Amino acid sequence: MNSSKMTRRGFTAGLMAATSALALLPTASFALNARQASALVTQVVDEINAIINSGQSERRMLRRFEGLFQQYANTTVIALRCLGADARSASDSQRRAFVAAFEGYIARKYGRRFREFIGGRIDVEDSRPVKSWFEVRTNTQLQGSAPFRVDFLVKEAGGRNLFFDMVIEGISLTRVEREEIGAMLDSRGGDLDRLIADLRNAG
Amino acid sequence: MTGIRIKSRISKVLTLVSTAAFLAACSQDGDGVGVRDPHEDANRRTHNFNLAVDKAILQPASNAYGRGLSRETRQGVGRVASNFALPGRVVNNLLQLDLEGATRNSFRFLINSTLGFGGIGDPAGNDFGLEEETTDFGETLYKWGFGEGRYVELPLVGPSTERHTVGRVVDLFTNPLGYALDSPENLLSPTATGLSRIGDRYEYASTINALLYESEDSYAQARNLYLQNRRFELGIEVTEEEVDEIDALFEELYGE
Repeated sequence: MNSSKMTRRGFTAGLMAATSALALLPTASFALNARQASALVTQVVDEINAIINSGQSERRMLRRFEGLFQQYANTTVIALRCLGADARSASDSQRRAFVAAFEGYIARKYGRRFREFIGGRIDVEDSRPVKSWFEVRTNTQLQGSAPFRVDFLVKEAGGRNLFFDMVIEGISLTRVEREEIGAMLDSRGGDLDRLIADLRNAG
Repeated sequence: MTGIRIKSRISKVLTLVSTAAFLAACSQDGDGVGVRDPHEDANRRTHNFNLAVDKAILQPASNAYGRGLSRETRQGVGRVASNFALPGRVVNNLLQLDLEGATRNSFRFLINSTLGFGGIGDPAGNDFGLEEETTDFGETLYKWGFGEGRYVELPLVGPSTERHTVGRVVDLFTNPLGYALDSPENLLSPTATGLSRIGDRYEYASTINALLYESEDSYAQARNLYLQNRRFELGIEVTEEEVDEIDALFEELYGE
């Protein structure tokens, strides 16, 4: 009775030690990347903060935001995820044309909204590995509203760390735009070329 | 007299709770993943009704309210509404066995009701680090293991799920303040809540307008935003399906 109890306790202790050793391994190799992920988002956030408090003209700010997005976001992944299953049936040239049109569309659509950030501030809080990427949490405080959480999902892509999604209080930019692109494609009878042409002027 | 009144109210609440349990138990499969919307046609009709109400009533009212009062005043009203809601949140904290949340929300209520003049100010958040921790009976049902149910767009209220809808109904009765206050003081809370909603419509006008009037399919987008945000509030993590999709795309593009 006693010995079996001991064994069980020993087994449990061993299991716990093994688990924590295992848990340590990925943590150690992730540490650098988590820092890098956090550094990337800090850079993005610093630039956003600098732009929104620069007092420049709106057109100038919008330009800078577009540049920011192109530099730090993985627009290829965002665009193709938004296209979803239709990306697979598209030709290579259609995919390239779609990604290019999508970049402009997204920059115009969300760039306009950055006006609401004027006078606000964003702070990087922490960074942690989630699945195969890093989630960098930020706290955003805009004028006239309670602070809210914005997460940047960062993953290495071809030797560069880029964010491939932005999640505001659980609402993912990609999931929102996937719904939008899906509805746009539906209303065009599934004609991808027409969608690409229309996206160039949308947003 | 009072004893009888309270008793009958308690039995009403119990009836509601058992209804909630029954309803939620009916729809436990496929929880928290994808979209379950078998009554989409009916929901779309409700959505069109809600859009009409927004255009005809809510928007004009919010513009008048927003332009008539300073942001500071509107925020004060919003804080009063949240403060009124706190005792109900404490009840739900307790039902979820979340003692820490219950304690924090209780202290928040005590501090803001006194030092914050009935919740107009927020000394609890500003000076004591007691930020608002929202919860509701829908979350309680989730913690108790009830399924999300089908998606439903409610008239005037907007996007919801069956579980959240039951929660909203039960929450009309979970707030002890509703029992402690007599007429006309008991009108303060619904009034503040209503005004706070109108104020939010004004404060977040550009976001809400973009969603309701600029998206390709505002019904589908409202459903999408609601489900994502609600699941996030409940702490439901990203689905395996999505993880696989992301990994597959990175693999294809960058050959990891």
